Amino acid sequence: MSDAVRRSAPLGRWVIYAVLLVFAGFYLVPLFVTALNSVRTAQDIGSTSVVGWPRDWAFSNFPQAWGSYCVARRCEGISPYMMNSILMVVPATIISTLLGALNGYSISLWRFRGDNWIFGIITLGVFLPEQMKLVPWTLVVRDLGLSNTLTALVVIHVVQGISFTTLFCRNYYVAIPPELLKAAKIDGAGYFRIFWRIVLPLSPPILIVTVIWQFTHIWNEFLYGVTFTSGAQQPVTAALIALSVSVAEAPQYGIQSAAVLIAALPTLLVYLFGGKYFLRGLTAGAVK
Amino acid sequence: MQGASAATAPPAAKVVAPRRSWRAALEPWLVHLVLWPPLLVSVVHIIGFTGYTTWISFTSSTLVPETELVGLRNYSAVLASRNWTIATNNLLIFGAGFVLLTTATGLLLAILLDQRIRAENVLRTIFLYPMAVSFVVTGTVWSWLLNPSIGIQQLVRSLGWEGFRFDWVVDRDMAIYTIVIAGAWQASGFAMALFLAGIRSVDADLYKAAQIDGAGPWRIYRRVVLPAIWPIFIAVMVILLQYTIKTFDLVRALTGGGPGIATQLPSLVVYDLMFQRGLLGRGSAAAVLMLLYLLAVLLPYFAFVQWRKRRGPRNV
Repeated sequence: MSDAVRRSAPLGRWVIYAVLLVFAGFYLVPLFVTALNSVRTAQDIGSTSVVGWPRDWAFSNFPQAWGSYCVARRCEGISPYMMNSILMVVPATIISTLLGALNGYSISLWRFRGDNWIFGIITLGVFLPEQMKLVPWTLVVRDLGLSNTLTALVVIHVVQGISFTTLFCRNYYVAIPPELLKAAKIDGAGYFRIFWRIVLPLSPPILIVTVIWQFTHIWNEFLYGVTFTSGAQQPVTAALIALSVSVAEAPQYGIQSAAVLIAALPTLLVYLFGGKYFLRGLTAGAVK
Repeated sequence: MQGASAATAPPAAKVVAPRRSWRAALEPWLVHLVLWPPLLVSVVHIIGFTGYTTWISFTSSTLVPETELVGLRNYSAVLASRNWTIATNNLLIFGAGFVLLTTATGLLLAILLDQRIRAENVLRTIFLYPMAVSFVVTGTVWSWLLNPSIGIQQLVRSLGWEGFRFDWVVDRDMAIYTIVIAGAWQASGFAMALFLAGIRSVDADLYKAAQIDGAGPWRIYRRVVLPAIWPIFIAVMVILLQYTIKTFDLVRALTGGGPGIATQLPSLVVYDLMFQRGLLGRGSAAAVLMLLYLLAVLLPYFAFVQWRKRRGPRNV
């Protein structure tokens, strides 16, 4: 905001640009390395290093990584695990976002006795380490008859995610002027009508933030995936670790790079197209 | 409460009541039916799960939960184990190194980006993208780069410097620093974003005053901007510290806790005890210890936030 008054004396512009570019290069190296390796042959990488220009273009790495490479003795590539991740992340994101919006509305606008306490406790869920919940979740998942299913992961991510989504939505909804609700109530609108007609139409910005946050978070999650599912039920993050074990036996860094790139693509795309909202979620989730 | 009574008996609702009385009668029930379950599920799972794990940590549970209480025996077993000592030591090294490196890099990038830079958005996008990618992915890629036989060491040697060594990742004493590097690479863009937002929110009048006094840009940063955003330093450091305590995937993908147990962290010990050795009691004790570490960071921070709120909005 103070652009005009500041920086009247730009010092060493070249130095500044040089340093920034060096850093940009440093940040991009892992991405470039992965992208280049994904089209290099195993021999090529083995005889030189992971940093290098492809000698022959091995585009077949991608179909192999996607559909035929062996992960933990199943030779179907990572596509089944990508599917698992999608089947897990889509319902979990939608449900947790809706429940968070509802919770946020109940706590911030509807108000009831003890609402601040409930909000405080839900916020604690944001900080609680996952390790504290592993054993209870194991029992709950078993008692629900959901052991080693994607449904279990959906349930877990929804319940866990409510803490974040409620926090986001509540902090957004408290800014809605109470007069708006008072007027609606006088007109005879109840809980549902106010949510539907007033709160939801105001919500798109925060819902985008929440959806992006939940999507990225759940897609990238590893601990629950590896704890509560095994074999064919695992999400792609867990499968990548299993893949790196089989790669260690017979180095196939080209194929593994392709797999890593495919697995990272969904969240990278979300970031490229919704970066602004992604950042807002990060700061809101972190600072509060 | 006041909300519910206002909804059931607003003046206008009475007028139309005859026409849709069944709905009016049903609504308050329905409200409770919709409002409470998601709230209760999250509250119950947070309190209940924390309580349950804490309770298990005092029992003799091994493969399955048991009810026999054994006092603090699990805690003393965990605290006396070499695994935990190494994990805690590593946490201290990783915590200090990661927080300092990430904060310093983030601040440097934020200040540089604040110099009315062309393509600021592109650069910001580049600096922040690692945060959008899974630690499993970045850990895997870093494990290649750091692997002496195919990574940076091999590259430099092939360029002609035959004696070059960069084998930290397989060196027991240095492996933990590779995690510091990979972690800082992943998170420093995030620190940058927080600092940049802080720098940009500093009152323009402060700059003007400093400029009129004839202060140069670096002096303005040192004397005006940084002192004004010190609360952001604390926030960034606390956020990063709680990351370090929770870090699991990065280590799992980068070193797997090795070589040997040289890069073990508390989160990996918990997992190892619970699911690899089938010692639920001890694993839970280790999880509670992790939570205590976390509280040791967060409680002072919350107290600090409260204290600042009470002092009023005078100091940003």
